[in-house]
Amino acid sequence: MVTSYSQTFTIEGRDFSHAGRASTEIKSILKQLGIDSLTIRRVAIAAYEAEMNVVMYARRAVMKFEVTPRTINIVVDDEGAGIPDINLAMQEGYSTATSEMREMGFGAGMGLPNIKKNSDDLKIASTVSKGTRLEITIQIH
Amino acid sequence: MMTLRQIKDALLCEVFSGEERVDLPIEYGCASDLMSDVLAFSRSGAVLLTGLVNIQTVHTAFIAEIRAIVFVRGKKPDEGIITLARQKNIPLLGTAYSMYEACGILYKKGLISTMEYGENVASHPSR
Repeated sequence: MVTSYSQTFTIEGRDFSHAGRASTEIKSILKQLGIDSLTIRRVAIAAYEAEMNVVMYARRAVMKFEVTPRTINIVVDDEGAGIPDINLAMQEGYSTATSEMREMGFGAGMGLPNIKKNSDDLKIASTVSKGTRLEITIQIH
Repeated sequence: MMTLRQIKDALLCEVFSGEERVDLPIEYGCASDLMSDVLAFSRSGAVLLTGLVNIQTVHTAFIAEIRAIVFVRGKKPDEGIITLARQKNIPLLGTAYSMYEACGILYKKGLISTMEYGENVASHPSR
């Protein structure tokens, strides 16, 4: 099994037609690397929710994906409005989504809670009017 | 557990893609128009019943390891959605039944929910 890999993706805000491309590619890469299926599913869900958050709320972001022998790390740095109250954003059901986002099937206030649920460690740092940084760590079993 | 063929017959489905995969075993059922709920509550190996017909439905299914999608209320996917579903090997079906009716039919046939109750298992009404 290959246990070291990294790749960087660029995600554009509002680009709904390409939303999901980075995380579906991450999922395919993890399959090729022979990572176990439960871990792949957790990483894919966390990455996809993070990607959708960028598409919905930010101007653009860089998503850095790294596989090490013991962990999978995803760091998403976006340029955007930022999150004024992270504790509130972490609550299931809290959302500032528009009707357009809801029509896409997202914006139900489950994004960050879903990322947390599928991560072993999640760090969020945000500056209003600048952007948000997510650091997601998932252990490989 | 049902096969996709049994689901197709039970819901009188039209098949938009993945006709060759109708013998897939389907272990669970889930139904939602909210893709985040699908990501949060589904399990690998389920069929997704949804009224949401867009590219994100297929991406969500791929990410969450949904085995097949059934669009309810006679909704039809466009070519872009069908092409993506073919690439991801996810069969797309459509039924004229409403979400409520389609769920009821499959539930009566014994297809169980993807919902994992975890610690709240004792509070589920069927227990």
